[in-house]
Parts: sequence; C-alpha cells; structure tokens
Amino acid sequence: MSNIRNFSIIAHIDHGKSTLADRLIQHTGLVDARQFRDQILDSMDLERERGITIKSQTVTLPYIAADGTHYELNLIDTPGHVDFSYEVSRALASCEGVLLLIDASQGVEAQTLANMYLAMEHDLAIIPVINKIDLPSADIDRTREQIDRELGLDPDEALLCSAKEGIGIDAVFDAVIARIPPPRGSCTEPLSALLFDARYDPFRGAIISCRVFDGTVKPGDILRFMSNGHTHKVEEVGLFQIVREPRKELGTGSVGYIICGLKTVADTRVGDTITHDQRPAAKPQPGFRDVKPVVFSSIYPISSDEYSALLDALEKYKLNDAALIYQKDSSAALGQGFRCGFLGLLHLEIVQQRLEREYQQAIIMTVPSVQYHFKLKDGTSVIVENPLYAPDPTEIESAEEPYIRAGILIPERYMGVVMNLCLERRGTNPRTHYPTPGRIELVFDMPLAEVIFDFYDRLKTITQGYGSFDYEMIDYRQSELVKLDILVNGERVDALSLIVHRDRARQWAVQVCDRLKEEIPRHQFKIAIQGASGGKIIARSTISAFRKDVTAKCYGGDITRKRKLLEKQKEGKKRMKMVGAVMIPQQAFVAVLKTKDEK
Amino acid sequence: MKSDSAAGLYVHVPFCKGKCPYCDFYSITDPGAERRWARALIREGQGYRADFSAFDSLYLGGGTPSVLPDDLLAELLAGLDALRPFASESERTIECNPNDLSPERIECYRSLGFNRISLGIQSLDDTELAFLGRRHRRSDTLRALDWVRERGPNNLGIDLIYGFAGHSIARWRSTLEAVLRYQPQHLSCYQLTLADRTPFGRAAATGQPRLATPEEQADLFLFTAEFLGERGFLHYEVSNFARDSTYRCRHNLKYWSRAPYLGLGPAAHSHRDGVRWWNPASVEAYCRAVEVTGSAAAGREQLSSEQIRLEDLALGFRTREGVALEQLDPGAPRTQAAIAELLEAGLATLAAGRLRPTTRGFLVADGLSLLFVA
Repeated sequence: MSNIRNFSIIAHIDHGKSTLADRLIQHTGLVDARQFRDQILDSMDLERERGITIKSQTVTLPYIAADGTHYELNLIDTPGHVDFSYEVSRALASCEGVLLLIDASQGVEAQTLANMYLAMEHDLAIIPVINKIDLPSADIDRTREQIDRELGLDPDEALLCSAKEGIGIDAVFDAVIARIPPPRGSCTEPLSALLFDARYDPFRGAIISCRVFDGTVKPGDILRFMSNGHTHKVEEVGLFQIVREPRKELGTGSVGYIICGLKTVADTRVGDTITHDQRPAAKPQPGFRDVKPVVFSSIYPISSDEYSALLDALEKYKLNDAALIYQKDSSAALGQGFRCGFLGLLHLEIVQQRLEREYQQAIIMTVPSVQYHFKLKDGTSVIVENPLYAPDPTEIESAEEPYIRAGILIPERYMGVVMNLCLERRGTNPRTHYPTPGRIELVFDMPLAEVIFDFYDRLKTITQGYGSFDYEMIDYRQSELVKLDILVNGERVDALSLIVHRDRARQWAVQVCDRLKEEIPRHQFKIAIQGASGGKIIARSTISAFRKDVTAKCYGGDITRKRKLLEKQKEGKKRMKMVGAVMIPQQAFVAVLKTKDEK
Repeated sequence: MKSDSAAGLYVHVPFCKGKCPYCDFYSITDPGAERRWARALIREGQGYRADFSAFDSLYLGGGTPSVLPDDLLAELLAGLDALRPFASESERTIECNPNDLSPERIECYRSLGFNRISLGIQSLDDTELAFLGRRHRRSDTLRALDWVRERGPNNLGIDLIYGFAGHSIARWRSTLEAVLRYQPQHLSCYQLTLADRTPFGRAAATGQPRLATPEEQADLFLFTAEFLGERGFLHYEVSNFARDSTYRCRHNLKYWSRAPYLGLGPAAHSHRDGVRWWNPASVEAYCRAVEVTGSAAAGREQLSSEQIRLEDLALGFRTREGVALEQLDPGAPRTQAAIAELLEAGLATLAAGRLRPTTRGFLVADGLSLLFVA
C-alpha cells in the first residue's frame, strides 16, 4: 500500500490537463511513442475537439523511482466542467492528492478556484503545477503571486512544467510520490469500495471504476451495492492501463475496475459503496447522492419516420451516460420525441452532438427549461419542467424558480459589461472580491433559467474570452412566471412555448418572432408570427408572400423533370416541420435559441 | 387513363434554320439528315402499333416543322396516317415560323389534313424580335397572318413571349392588340424562361440581364390574364388562352390530364398507363437506334401510385380545372390548413369538389403541390 498513490489533475478548462496526463502516461512507457495519440484519455472525438474531458478515465501508471522502488500511480481523470461537479467530487474522494494545474499565461481562473476548494473539502494534498512555461506569454512570477494571494498556497512549492514540451515531468512524478500520502485503510476490514465512474463495454456491460478503501475484491466474490442492496457476482477485476489488465484481486488502497454482470451504466450509481454481501461494511462511504437533472429539453427527429431510430440511438447512448434521463414526449409541431433531463447545458450540448455525430441522428431540440414549482390556489403544488404542462395562469397562487450562485472571474476592465449582463439576466445580491490587483470575482444570485441558453457564450464574447464562470445551485425563489406561446398563422407552435419571467417575456417574444421571420422561407401566402402571453399578443412579425414561382411551359418532356423536382422537394419537406400549412425549417428551431450577435 | 381512350401523336421535328438563344428544345440546323429522320420516324411509329389503337390528335412540333420541304412532309404524313386511323374529328396541328410560310405551303398543310396552325410569332416588335434572335420581322409576320387567315384552317394558335429585360406592359399590350386583330382561336403567352445550356442562360449567369424582374413578370402575367380575360379568352392553363373551351388545344390537354400519347422522333416523350419513356436527344443516335432495333426508347419509368398523385397535383394546379379534393389527402390536418390558407389568400377557389387555382394562384402554381404532400 505504501507504493500506491491516488491522484487527480484538476485545472481550469484549457490549462493543459489532458496534455499533462498524456505526458505522464508516455513517460511510464505504457504506450509506445508510435501508437501515441495526443490526449489519450480524451477518447471521444468530441472531447478531443473541444479539448475538454467529458467522461473521466482512469489509468494506473507503473513507475520506477530513481531509487529503484516500484510504484503504482493511479491517475484519476476528472470531467472538466461544472455540469459534472458531482462526478468530479466522487473522483476526488478516491484520491489522496491533486495536481492543481495552472496555465502560466492565463493564471488562476474561476474553475481553478472552484476545483481547489473541492480538493480542500476532501482534505487532499494539493501540488500547484504551473504549466505552459514555454509560452512567450507565460508569466511565472504573476502566476506565483496568484497562487499565493488567490489560492493561499505556498508559491515556492509550485512546480514548473511544460506538458507539451515534456519539461519538468520528472519533478511532477517526484512530487506525486513525495508529497501525496499513500492510501490508508485496512485489508482485514470488510470491503468498502467507492464507485466513482462506469463505462459501457458492448461485450462486458458496465465496467465499474472504483477505489478500494478497505478490504479486497476478487473474481467470484458476491458484491452488494449499498445504495440499493442489489447483489452481483464479480467476473473480473483489474487495472486500467489504457487497456484493461485483469488481476487476481484489487487490494486495499488500489484503484481499478470491476466487471460483475451489470448490463449498462444506468444500473450503476456514481458515489455508491460496494461491499461484500456476506460481510458488509458497517456504513457506506460518505457523500452519496442521486444525481438529478436540472435542465430539460425535448428531442425530436427531424423526419418523423426516424422516431424509432432515435429511440434506438438514445438507448445506446444511455448505456454510457447514466446522467441522461429521457421519456416519451409528443408535440403537435414536431411529432413524437423524447423529453430529456440533463445535468446542465454543456451536458445537453454533448448529448445533442454525440447523437448527431456518433449515432447519425438528425434532431431538433426544443428551448431548454428548468424545473419550476407552482403552488396552486386549490392548495396543491406541481413541478413543471415542460412548458406545455404549465398550469393555467388563473389557477396559480405563486411560482418559484431555481437560483444559482454564479461566480465570475474577470479582468477588472470588464466589470461594467459583465455587471450589466448579470443584471439583465435578473442577477441579484452582487458581491465583489478582488483576489489580486486588476482582477475581480463577481458573485451573483441568478435564476438558473437565465444562464441555460447562452449566458456563457455571451460572457465569453463580451469579455473577449477572459471571463470564466462557475455556478452552484442554491435554492428556489418566488418569481413572477408567465407562459409564452409562439403562434404561426394563429396556430401555437408548442415546441417553442416557454415559461419565462414576466419582465423578460416581451424581449424573448420579439427575439423569437424576428428570428423565425428570418428562418421561415416565404410562402404563397402571408405568414403572421406572434408571441402571446396571458391571452395578449406581445410581439409580432410578418413574412410577406412570394408572388411568382411558376414555370412557363410544361409539356410532354417536362413532366418527368417536374415530378422529380417535386419528389426532391418532398424529401426536403421531411426536414421541415408543418405548423398548419406553414413549413418551418428545422434550422429555425435551433436559430431561435441563439441571440442576435452570435449569428 | 386507359390506353384505349384516344391517344395523342406527337412528332418531334428536330430541325431549325437557326437556334434561338433562349430555346432549349432539341434541334439541329443541318437539314442533311431530314429524309433519314423521316424514314426512321415512320419505322419507330410502326413499332408501337400494338400499343396505340387510335389517335385523335396529331401535333408536329419542334424544332421547326415548317422548315420541312412539302414533299417530305407529304411522305411523312402518309406514313403517319397509315400507322393507325385518326378519329374523324381529330385535331391536327403544325407549328410554323412566320417566314417559312407561303400561300402554297399553307394550301399544302390543309391538303395534308392539318386543321390547326400554331404560329410562332413571339413578338411584333422588331427590336424585341432581334433581341430574341428570331429570323422573322413584324412585316413577315403580318403577311403570314394574312395568308393563314385567307387560305389556312380556321383554327389559329399564336405563340408569344413576354417578360424579358425591359419589357413594359405598354409594349406588351400593343403586341397583344395587334395579334388580336387576326382573331386567333388560341394564344400561348410564355414568360421568357432561362435554361442553363442556352446563350441566354449563360449570359444571365454572367450578370447580363435577360429577364424582367420577378415583380415585373408577375405584373405582366396578371396584366395578360386580365387583358385577355376581358376580351373573352378562357385562361385554361398557366400560359394558354382559348377563345372558348372548344378551342383549347386538345393535344396539349393530354399532357396535363395524363392521357396517353406517343412521341416519335429524337427527344420525344411518351406516356401510356403510368409508363413514361423517351428517346435520345440526338438525330444520329435516334436514327441509328431505330434502324438497328426498330425502337429508340432511351429511358423508361413505371410510375408508382404516389408518383402518379404527384404528377396529378403538379399538372392539375397548372390548369383551371385544378385538382379533385380526394387527390389532396383530405383527411390530413395539413390539407385543411393549406386549403384554408389558399382560399384566404385568394389563390384558389373551392367548388364542385375541386380546388381550382385563381389567376394569382397560377403565378405560384409550382409550389402548390408541395403543400399537399407529406
């Protein structure tokens, strides 16, 4: 056990976490240089492309120190986004220490802080690592100063490295061994292992990633999952060394995998404690909770005959993402689809993009919504996350919406614009901190609904990329909510309905009407687009009719050509959605979610 | 439509004295193959004797049928008449260019049984005729019209083109007024259309204007319909007007009602019982195919019932008859919504179980079918 180290790399997005992980892997010779692809741990295309880790992976690095001692270094990769903060917390709970990676040219950012706090909560050894020291814009002194002032860590203990150039990597290994304590635990105690991740394998089902705190686990053991009491027989245990390396057992303090006949990752719960059925642990590992979605949206196939293909794709996708929930949904405008719950907006985007790219699904997603609480006049209350089921205004006694605490770290010069953005998004109770000269941390209480469409994009735009953002859910607060409907030639487009704060209804309605006017092609007849709330029209736009499309001649030789054109248009129409006689291109449903200056 | 119902016979005469820069119908300017073509054509026709039992319309189009020498035309007609009997009241049309005609030639056409002349006047304005690359001028046209009226068959159809760049309602009106003095039974008024592989199409692609703007074209179209409507013409198809319903072109109606027709000659298309087939657009390839195999069909398609419905819709909305409601999938909610929008917008009327386009409906006829397909 004294030769085991369990650690994570934590960092703000883009500070080089995956690159450092790659370098550590390469250094231990686990993968030969020729096979090496950058960002080994970010295996999904999407992760490589966005440069962020969505699904964490773990790797056991065999390391031989200068004195000849053999070590088993477990690098537990963490997802790099606030949407997955619970998964991050479970991964950190499996570690004894972290490398806190800071980009020498960017310095400390919002997630650097948030991640450090998380690490402190778990009582982990924190090793600051200043990365990208090779960059011309690297400012090591300033970064050291920030480590001192903003993080309250000893800047002299910070390591310097360039993961990209392979500079300072030996020192990182030395620090991991010297400064991160080995795991504690007892091999004679009953088994207690923390499940911190699960992946799907088409041949083996769910592959559980776990940290063994006490006891040992080996094939043939009957395991009990303490969250639900389910029992399973272990088929295989082993270590992740890029590929799975089976072992006879996983001992106390180690990190590895268990295969035990679970079909999908949905059968596992991140944070669960695994013990032996016959000799169970007295209590589970602390901190388990059920992950609940906070953002909801419906997914529809563009072509209605693709419904069963979409169902199939969702089922397959779900095998590897327990956080996604979905159920059948239907819309007059969009037909049969699925109402889905997500951990956050990034999670939503990831699901959307993976369905499109990996499962070749052409889909429409409706306006995301949060979960609203309505108290009704008859004394009952309802929870609504789908605007279609919003109660009638006359029945509502009061309404509540979820609030977050938003932390935004920016250079001081952007204070004005960011303050305006937050106030425009109904931010309240502003607080400011000045962690270092020239930088500000703005903290606002904000409705979650105001950040789920485009807040982060807007923040990035108005701060020229310098703003960083982090949030946590705080509570539900009373709010004046109204339902906004969009009508096209008098017919409600249910997929565009929205629950929105009274003060924001008109602005949103105008935006949707204007955007639809740009996106819906001219028809033979005039099209009126209206935004309606509480029986009143609060925004409108009109698409004038086109006057002429007819071709002059249609004789014997023209008919086949004409029909073929019509057949092509008919195919194209499958990608349109009909509202009454109006054809709305799928693109329009996407476009309404974007604000003007993003286009 | 059963093949027993009287079919139409179309003959494509692929010869012209010159190519007009807007036209994309297949033709060549070398008359050297005329006789070989005529022989092949009769042979091709004989191959279809089993498929067509009778014809009640004959249409010689092109190309320019009036470039054919009288003796060759006589030989061709003898061969066509021997294929299958023409019904006694058959419509027999020949398309003519004004400057090909002479009193004698018109007499010849009558003697060969043509009872309808379709005269490709296009315009009576010499500047416009030059722009359109036509070989005739206003004076040729007026003289030809006089001859047709003195010696020709009673049934006269006139083809005109409008809507080119700079075309004004005033100039268009004067052309219409001038031709109406000859009391034609039928007028085809075609909006100038650009086809890709024509000099006009290439010119337009490089930014040289050839067409009026869409707004001007729409205005010209509505003016045409109103002007001719006021003078008693029946606007029975997007581009076609008849003095009364008996003078509607019986042959062309077959295209729009999906009746059977046999097309002989290069690039000709045929239809019977939901099967369409067509010949190669090459005199050489056509003649060789017929000489070797007796047939020149280069492509063929069997229409599915949905394809037939699509054609019925597309063709129906181009005619004043419109489309029968049962063709519109009346149970679908979108059908009811679309009908309501069209009635509301004044683009169609609903009567006697048919949805009929109005004049403004004709202007947007190409997109109407799409409203009624899933």
